[in-house]
Amino acid sequence: MHRQRYTPGSDTGFTHPHASEITPREVYHERRALLQHLATGVAGAALASWAARDARAQGAASSRPGKLAALPAVSSKVAGAQSIERITDYKDASTYNNFYEFSTDKAAPARMAHTLVTRPWSVEIAGLVKKPGHYTLEDLLKLSPMEERIYRLRCVEGWSMVIPWIGYSLSELVRRVEPLGSAKFVEFTTLADPKQMPGVRASVLDWPYIEGLRLDEAMHPLTLLAFGMYGEVLPNQNGAPVRTVLPWKYGFKSAKSIVKIRFTETQPVNSWGRSAPQEYGFYSNVNPEVDHPRWSQATERRIGEDGLFAKKRKTLMFNGYEAQVGQLYAGMDLKKFY
Amino acid sequence: MTAALAATWRARLRAALRHRWAKTVVWWVCAFPLVILVWGVVFDALGPNPAEQLIRGTGEETLRLLCVTLCITPLRQATGWPEWLRFRRLLGLWVYAYAVLHALCYAAFDMGLDWMDIARDIAKRPFILVGFVSLLLLTPLAATSFNAAIRWLGAMRWQRLHRLVYVIAPLAVLHFFWMRGGKNNYGDVWFYGVWLGVLLAWRGVRWGRGGK
Repeated sequence: MHRQRYTPGSDTGFTHPHASEITPREVYHERRALLQHLATGVAGAALASWAARDARAQGAASSRPGKLAALPAVSSKVAGAQSIERITDYKDASTYNNFYEFSTDKAAPARMAHTLVTRPWSVEIAGLVKKPGHYTLEDLLKLSPMEERIYRLRCVEGWSMVIPWIGYSLSELVRRVEPLGSAKFVEFTTLADPKQMPGVRASVLDWPYIEGLRLDEAMHPLTLLAFGMYGEVLPNQNGAPVRTVLPWKYGFKSAKSIVKIRFTETQPVNSWGRSAPQEYGFYSNVNPEVDHPRWSQATERRIGEDGLFAKKRKTLMFNGYEAQVGQLYAGMDLKKFY
Repeated sequence: MTAALAATWRARLRAALRHRWAKTVVWWVCAFPLVILVWGVVFDALGPNPAEQLIRGTGEETLRLLCVTLCITPLRQATGWPEWLRFRRLLGLWVYAYAVLHALCYAAFDMGLDWMDIARDIAKRPFILVGFVSLLLLTPLAATSFNAAIRWLGAMRWQRLHRLVYVIAPLAVLHFFWMRGGKNNYGDVWFYGVWLGVLLAWRGVRWGRGGK
């Protein structure tokens, strides 16, 4: 079998020493589309939506859904953190959730998750760090300034959304707790309380839900420790009160309602990897060239945007974050390390 | 319940099955899920992922009606009433209708009616292949459901052909099982698997005893 090793930027025709300075291709195309619109005289409509995006980018409160407490944030300057694609409607983002701790039905968590108690909340930092301990939600909220980041989220099932998350880079927390030299991986544990989460009584997965990252993935600026979305705190069904968001990986890698972060020397076994190792790998980077055994990953349906009769859109390598994260996987066989 | 009361209800049920509107009512009960889906499309009431709702809704309805259809013979055998058989063709044809709709929804919404892509999917994905085969096998059953076809084939050959349903039904459950396996979501699969298992076991036991 011909083994292919991943080379960052191999399809763009140029390499750049600083990945963070590369304009993502879809942003480049979007800007060209905008210019074309201006040129053909639909400037009014284009500028209006641009202005609305700008207002939202400043963390404007006017676009809040008004359902939960506000969480002020400033627009993130991290490269790749501001997708200019159309943001998914809050209604869709908050009523279409894979949260098996409540139900395997995607509409049910929104109805059921009110039983989740998010205050008081603390996250245990454990393992190979100099400063382990319990960090309360209040400690974490104050740890670093809140940023708004507009990320694509691609589910392994083949649908995707664009969501304006609020939080800060996980690296801020990692630096504070000072991992030891022997720490190579970070393991995340989700709450699994059968009293609050009825789905935990069923054994559809081995509870609690575990996810993991390589330490360099955890330290990447795009790796987000998220506390809110759409200008407000997280709804319970979206993983309140604190979760991670890994925009270049399939959605299940982004653990919800985190209660423990542990630094380890050996690679953690993530829940879906334990459940079906031939289908779900540790890395689970979004990759249109590596199919899931049961369905192709070459295309996806953008919720709320791709109409019923529109052909599904092409999935992008690393969910369109290749320029920012590609170098993490240089030289890796991505079919072997899926 | 006294024997007299039970006898009255049995008589009423049998009369209802013979009623001139009975088939119309059953037809509309079968159509109802489709009406709901069409309503959902028109009024955007299918949730954030309408395509998924349509594909899965039509698929689950196919399987559900298939199990209902397979209940007819056991009901006739258990009660001794031939009236049950009035509904079997109508139910079977609705099974086929939902199966075709399910395949069309997949072809249109998942694959954008790209026939090359669909052919590749059938070849590459076992659960799609099993679904496709089930639909293929259902087709001669639907095509020979009309009186003229029964006369043309003769009762014996028609019966033998329609025993294909005993291959189709497990294939349909396998298709569902393999599809749900991707997300460990087997609850509904067990429900239909058990329902079908009981219906096939009933026939198996009777066949073993030499019954008909």
